[in-house]
Amino acid sequence: MDLIVIMKRTFDTEDRISIKNGLIDEEEAEFIINPYDEYAIEEAILLREKHGGEVKVVTVGDEEAEKELRTALAMGADKAVLIDTEDVDVELDHFSIAEILTSYLKTQDFDMILGGNLAIDDGSGQVAPRVARKLDINLVTTITKIEVEGDKVTIERDVEGDVETVETTLPVLVTCQQGLNEPRYPSLPGIMKAKKKPLETIDYDDLDLEEEDIQAKSKSVELYLPPERTAGRVLKGDMEEQAKELVELLKTKSKVL
Amino acid sequence: MDFSLNEDIQFLKRNIREFVKNEVDPFAMEIEEKDEIPHKIIAMSKEMGLFGLSIPEEYGGLGIGMVGKCALYEEVGKTHNGYTTLIGAHTGIGTVGIVDMGNEEQKKKYLPAMARGEKIGAFALTEPSAGSHATNLKTTAVRQGDKFILNGSKHYITNATVADVFTVMAITNPEKGAKGITSFIVEKDFPGFKVGAVEKKMGLKGSQSAELFFEDCEVPIENVLGEEGQGYVNALKILANGRAGLAARNLGSCQKLIDMSMEFVEERKQFNVPIIEHQAVAHMLAEMAMDTEALRSFTYRVAWMVDQGQKVIKEAAMLKLFGSEVYQRVADKAVQVHGGIGYISEYPIERYFRDARITRIYEGTSEIQKNIISGQLRKEYKK
Ligand SMILES: Cc1cc2nc3c(=O)[nH]c(=O)nc-3n(C[C@H](O)[C@H](O)[C@H](O)COP(=O)(O)OP(=O)(O)OC[C@H]3O[C@@H](n4cnc5c(N)ncnc54)[C@H](O)[C@@H]3O)c2cc1C
Repeated sequence: MDLIVIMKRTFDTEDRISIKNGLIDEEEAEFIINPYDEYAIEEAILLREKHGGEVKVVTVGDEEAEKELRTALAMGADKAVLIDTEDVDVELDHFSIAEILTSYLKTQDFDMILGGNLAIDDGSGQVAPRVARKLDINLVTTITKIEVEGDKVTIERDVEGDVETVETTLPVLVTCQQGLNEPRYPSLPGIMKAKKKPLETIDYDDLDLEEEDIQAKSKSVELYLPPERTAGRVLKGDMEEQAKELVELLKTKSKVL
Repeated sequence: MDFSLNEDIQFLKRNIREFVKNEVDPFAMEIEEKDEIPHKIIAMSKEMGLFGLSIPEEYGGLGIGMVGKCALYEEVGKTHNGYTTLIGAHTGIGTVGIVDMGNEEQKKKYLPAMARGEKIGAFALTEPSAGSHATNLKTTAVRQGDKFILNGSKHYITNATVADVFTVMAITNPEKGAKGITSFIVEKDFPGFKVGAVEKKMGLKGSQSAELFFEDCEVPIENVLGEEGQGYVNALKILANGRAGLAARNLGSCQKLIDMSMEFVEERKQFNVPIIEHQAVAHMLAEMAMDTEALRSFTYRVAWMVDQGQKVIKEAAMLKLFGSEVYQRVADKAVQVHGGIGYISEYPIERYFRDARITRIYEGTSEIQKNIISGQLRKEYKK
């Protein structure tokens, strides 16, 4: 089975994040593979272990993203592809990334494409569905279990806490949800071997795309950090007093009543 | 002079850092209470290849030099020291004997399984009569046909209860003193071999040390490790090799203590200010950081010398000594800056304080390291 994982390098939202000149300060941030994409990589490796074939990871970005691609190779992916957009002069957004990925994926053989449910940096979850639509293949989002038998694919997906079972056929694009698996740590020998695995860099203009084709359709207006959380307040007194004060506060302070 | 780590090592280091932070740290309290490391952590560590840290690539290990190993040990040292010791004893004194002195058959037979962690290693020199006076062994090995028959006992042997492969020192020629000692590879299933009771200890919970008994224990001659009569030299080499690694583990623990202390002193307020604004507290942190930085430089310097093939008897002894004394000092100050909570078991600081204590004793006491250093100095100056 030929499996392609589309993955994104993101900053680690568990780490300290600061904003400089209206953008995330990349110098300060720690970068990781988007955690939802890690589920995708893990599942692709599991599917390959079961059905044979090959796992290829693809990302759109600049040279810096090689580190995350190497991590995916160390986890067990067979090949990596970096679509380098360093020299692109126009703004890129989810639409642009989906266009770029699609024009690459069109030239590839695959049975399944796996991606994360969303990226933890902007949380939009747009790229993968756009790609599926553009490629005109089946799409199942937020999957928590997947089984493949021949062409038939049985999937359990998370629908806001409930489970929905879906049957579909290859080729399919799935987006992976927490709970699907537990991504492995790259093994230490895996890390040593990863550097010998192929990592191909493709320039975006080798993809038969013009800058105007990928020009962003959305515009980011402002970027700001969430307000710092202030300490909670513990109400004192007996139950009745507390209830009274709570109602009062809900009315006057938080104005929800 | 270049102090940077290559990309591979940085990658490996990052990976281990994440692993111990996410998978081992959350179980530290459980390890402490049950005196046992959860199987899942051990299984994951094996899968990750941590057990092959010091084994050459051709035998399924990582095949990295001493600088690389130290960089990784530093990360392993940041978590529960019982876990650190399990990994450290296996990848250090438990395997390097076979790596450095084993013949091709022995390496092929043992190392791949040891790299995968299917077989765990231990090192057995110490006996009731032979602690610092390590040549005063009573365990004997007598040749009988194509076997050696071992009789005697060992104590305080780290990993004894989990190990499959032991590097054991025994007397083959009582007349020759230190030159009458031979090292053997003993498997736990050899007839006449038995592991005794687990010792209760001040710290290092989860790492089990126990007695070993040899009662007419049969060891095939092909399991002689290195040359007959070279056992003591082998033991010294194995221990010397382990020293930079132990220092690196201590370095990791020191760094972790600084990380935890810095967080604490910024948060904890007394007299209406974070306590780091009290100079006495700030200065303790300055000293902790300085000691740790000196240890870092020294560790990688000695590791680099090992990788260059230089002789490091004196330097390794200095580093072992310095590393454990620094760890003890840093742990002591970490308790002090934490105040009461530093002494309370619900919080990890006191655990590091107890765990630091053993590093001045095992793998050669601080006093013995000073004997080695001064002995080497005398040799140097006699020339
Ligand atoms: C938790 C733990 C794990 C261990 N793991 C292992 C292991 O895996 N394998 C193994 O073989 N051993 C192991 N040991 C044994 C350890 O290496 C010895 O305990 C150590 O070498 C000291 O020996 P001893 O306990 O007999 O103390 P002694 O040698 O009796 O020392 C007592 C004191 O006398 C001092 N002293 C002794 N001789 C001299 C001298 N000539 N000059 C100055 N001072 C001297 C010592 O420094 C010390 O302060 C372990 C011990 C412990 C506690």
